[in-house]
Amino acid sequence: MKQNGFLGLLFNALFLTFIAAPLVVVILVAFTDKGFISLPFDGASLRWFRAILDNDQIVGAFWLSVRLALVAATIGVALALPAALAIARYRFPGRAALTGFFLSPMMIPAVVLGIAFLRFLSLLGLGGSFWALCATHVIIVLPYALRLALSSAIGLDRDAERAALSCGASRFTAFRRVVLPMIRTGVAGGWVLSFIQSFDELTMTIFVATPGTTTLPVAMYNQIAQTIDPLVASVSTVLIVGTVVLMLVLDRMVGLDRVLIGETR
Amino acid sequence: MATLDNDRAGAAPWLLSAPALLLFCGLLLVPLVLTLMLSFHVFSDSQGTLATYTLRNYIEVITDPYYGSIFGRTAGLAFAVTLLCILLGVPETIVLARMKRPWQSICLLVVLGPLLISVVVRTLGWQILLGNNGVLNNALQALHITSEPIRLVFTMTGVVIALTHVLVPFMVMSVWATLQKLDPQVEWAGRSLGASPFRVFRRVVLPQILPGVLSGSIIVFALSASAFATPALIGGRRLKVVATAAYDEFLGTLNWPLGATIAVLLLIANVVIVLGCSRLAERRFKHIFD
Repeated sequence: MKQNGFLGLLFNALFLTFIAAPLVVVILVAFTDKGFISLPFDGASLRWFRAILDNDQIVGAFWLSVRLALVAATIGVALALPAALAIARYRFPGRAALTGFFLSPMMIPAVVLGIAFLRFLSLLGLGGSFWALCATHVIIVLPYALRLALSSAIGLDRDAERAALSCGASRFTAFRRVVLPMIRTGVAGGWVLSFIQSFDELTMTIFVATPGTTTLPVAMYNQIAQTIDPLVASVSTVLIVGTVVLMLVLDRMVGLDRVLIGETR
Repeated sequence: MATLDNDRAGAAPWLLSAPALLLFCGLLLVPLVLTLMLSFHVFSDSQGTLATYTLRNYIEVITDPYYGSIFGRTAGLAFAVTLLCILLGVPETIVLARMKRPWQSICLLVVLGPLLISVVVRTLGWQILLGNNGVLNNALQALHITSEPIRLVFTMTGVVIALTHVLVPFMVMSVWATLQKLDPQVEWAGRSLGASPFRVFRRVVLPQILPGVLSGSIIVFALSASAFATPALIGGRRLKVVATAAYDEFLGTLNWPLGATIAVLLLIANVVIVLGCSRLAERRFKHIFD
């Protein structure tokens, strides 16, 4: 394709500034030595990063979010993988409807999901249970896990599996030793993406979270809704750095464009 | 497709998807139906939610100008954000597509990466930037462009700016996907036949990326119409949108039936707009999709 002119490059620079500015500002503000948000500031310090460790609420919410994301991503992938294989390999009545149903949580506004889950859990008397929260997050992350598993399972060469079967391997062995290694990257990428989606989820979770099950995004939202201090900026900086690391892992594993844009092959 | 088993399907696909299907029926379908039922229940200030059925909630939301202004504001927000995402996202994607590696990958990473960073963090950044003593106002005053701070926090302008930032990567993603299929030779053919660069863009490139722009617009519109965190934090309590209004009914006034009604209407509006526009786009661009 053609080269970019000066105007194109200028537009690109402005656009990237627009995209990066809020994140850069958050990171800068986190290094202040003052007790309030100010930019520019004179003295840089790490006091607000130390303050994270002294804040039991934030630390507790962080570990809850980690456990939640680990469980939700693992169950989500475990359920999405067989479903993806079913959709990728068989043509059966209801195939399109089933796919649409599994992907539907991406289309339903998170507020609506939050209200539906809150109503459901309060009728069952399960509000405030960690496992109930996990169940709602599995619904949220399953579409992402399914999409990535599908993208590597569709168009898979089946001759290798047939060869394994004709050599006497059981269906399970053929799956574990032949099929799984071939779709490994899609499955692992789906797990990482599911982990991030669950860890970051706010709008649905804010409805079902209780004081005992406050995730990190919910705790931060509640804090920011009242006042913004350098502590939320330092927590956000940790989150940005953590996400960038996971992002680079994803990029290495499956390519970020494939994770986000989907079927580009 | 040769990879599909046509003959041996039988119960296998259903057995494989049974665990996920059961979970989705029990934990997605049932709660949504329960919410629909809840929206027809009666709420009384003294006794809470009563299990009798009425259309009163829907009549209240549809006729009360208070809710009308909330739905109107949400639609306006969604239109403004979608328009801005088109104006910024489409040219950026074209610039990105013309770049060479490794710059292309790096820029794409910067543009799409924020999608994976929590909305709370990105909104916090805009709060710091847009505040009355924020970075933007201090810079404008230091440069003597304005003498008074411009109010951006707790205004629709601020919400539109922040939400555009949150959602523009979806537009880039969508246009990028169609640009990848575009054959650069066609562009050169247009140029070599004597068309000006602008004419080539308008007559050759634009028609081909239009489906991507449309599907991107549908995603951005749907997501901004149901956005919660950004309008809540930047818009504040006064500038309610549909999602924050539903939240307030549920966790503020505890009028669950009314909150459920707002949620049901939001879901219906979302489905109608998304499916309607997709149908329209499919019919209009059938020759491209085939």
